[in-house]
Amino acid sequence: MWDYAKVTALGLLALAAAIAANYARDAAYLVHAIIIMVAAGVAFIWSVRQIDEEKPAAEVSVGYLDGVVRYGVVATAFWGVVGFLAGTFIAFQLAFPVLNFEWAQPYMNFGRLRPLHTSAVIFAFGGNALLATSFYVVQRTSAARLWGGNLAWFVFWGYNLFIVLAATGYLLGATQSKEYAEPEWYVDLWLTIVWVAYLAVFLGTILKRQEKHIYVANWFFLSFIVTVAMLHIVNNLSLPVSIFGSKSVQLFSGVQDAMTQWWYGHNAVGFFLTAGFLGMMYYFVPKQAERPVFSYKLSIIHFWALIFLYIWAGPHHLHYTALPDWASTLGMVFSIMLWMPSWGGMINGLMTLSGAWDKLRTDPIIRMMVVSVGFYGMSTFEGPMMSIKAVNSLSHYTDWTIGHVHSGALGWNGMITFGALYFLTPRLWKREGLYSNAAVNWHFWLATIGIVLYAASMWVTGIMEGLMWREVDANGFLVNSFADTVEAKFPMYVVRGLGGVLYLTGAIIMCANLWLTVTRGQPKAAPAAVAAPAE
Amino acid sequence: MDTYSLMREFADSWMLLFLVLVFLGVILWVFRPGSAKAQRDSANIIFRHEDAPADPTELDPKEVRE
Repeated sequence: MWDYAKVTALGLLALAAAIAANYARDAAYLVHAIIIMVAAGVAFIWSVRQIDEEKPAAEVSVGYLDGVVRYGVVATAFWGVVGFLAGTFIAFQLAFPVLNFEWAQPYMNFGRLRPLHTSAVIFAFGGNALLATSFYVVQRTSAARLWGGNLAWFVFWGYNLFIVLAATGYLLGATQSKEYAEPEWYVDLWLTIVWVAYLAVFLGTILKRQEKHIYVANWFFLSFIVTVAMLHIVNNLSLPVSIFGSKSVQLFSGVQDAMTQWWYGHNAVGFFLTAGFLGMMYYFVPKQAERPVFSYKLSIIHFWALIFLYIWAGPHHLHYTALPDWASTLGMVFSIMLWMPSWGGMINGLMTLSGAWDKLRTDPIIRMMVVSVGFYGMSTFEGPMMSIKAVNSLSHYTDWTIGHVHSGALGWNGMITFGALYFLTPRLWKREGLYSNAAVNWHFWLATIGIVLYAASMWVTGIMEGLMWREVDANGFLVNSFADTVEAKFPMYVVRGLGGVLYLTGAIIMCANLWLTVTRGQPKAAPAAVAAPAE
Repeated sequence: MDTYSLMREFADSWMLLFLVLVFLGVILWVFRPGSAKAQRDSANIIFRHEDAPADPTELDPKEVRE
């Protein structure tokens, strides 16, 4: 019965998408309707072929559901390379504007590729990493199979469809102009459905857990899922102009809209890129170090302090704007208080290695994770500092901000994800170990040097342009024009691009290493007949 | 009083007090007597079920193990 309902729904969806494509008012909507039609059509044919087929015995649900985690690992590695490539390309576009090719106007100019890059690295690379690791971790720490049967597969494919719709939309010019929330209304609605399913799978698994306690990593993952749902819905309240067009109008306007956007934007950093990835840290660092987390007490306090403080920090993105002064002061004060839990968490992660520091010398994966936690500490030091109004008056609108974001994203999010991928691949494909540890070492150094080049050049160029913008002569006139700063920044832009090349090269080496681990790795010897439960 | 002022007044008085008390309560709860044993058990959850889910017949899941 369920199969017939599913096939009917998919058929109707494909038909509705075909009709929508026929009436489409703009190119982005037309392409999206065709993508949805094809996706629904493929799912329809696949489902029809499954109906009334005998399910092979191996598919009976025992053990952990790891197929979706494997797909998640592949998607993470793939989108990572796509996102880093896009980022490196637009870095060189800024240095050499001729790379905004005339023949590709307007589809491949900086303005359209930039959201493609940010969404590809945050939502495609980071999002798939969060999906895969949260599904892996929640099963192991709950000692239970994922709840909801094939719902986890729906979440994976649905989320990746969202990414394809978002990316093609940017190239075709569909955007609601909200940073990190660019996708238009129907893509937002689709993500809402997928996200509710994600919450159901995750929470369902926690509810049927076989452990008394909910492990701290799951608290972080759960807060990430719940908060992102709330942020996404409120920030995307909009009214479509036509149901056959991609354009929509925001319900909020003016400073309310700006505040909602940065309440969303900063908490996307706080809960997507911090809480979710801390979930990874609290599982993978202790597992790779083979010792429990340094202080479980500290991890609980870390969690609650982060939750209580982060949600208020958004207004620091709007210093010296139409936002009331008290609100921006509030944002600044809470940002500074965030120093405490952030550094508590960093210390907790690093000290997990106490008594096992020798692993840093022998295990490149743990080295990657430690550098990642170190960058977490550095960027959560830099962020509160930049939220102070006096500092912000220099740093805001300069490349310092971009440097800060990338030390967090490349250093913290990227490195912990690489560590998790290296940890997961041999286990998911039942291999003795990675194909090459030397390649991990190469990846580690390429990525680290790449980040250093990136962050250092952005500090220099950011502070330089901030100082140039505010420089006045004896009569009170501004000394520099905007174009003067652009010219002065050229060498640093080239260095930044080279940092990106190194980081991208490291990621490609990782993909090759993971591929060879799966295809040529030594299969793990089957454990000596585990006693089957006597029934 | 208009809605904004009313909510603003409530937010930065009673609600603020309530949230601060909840937060302090969490910290006290973390340090409650006997928590160390339970937390040691929790911290070791990650080493227990690497390859397969718990067999429900095998043990009492709600029991805290050493």
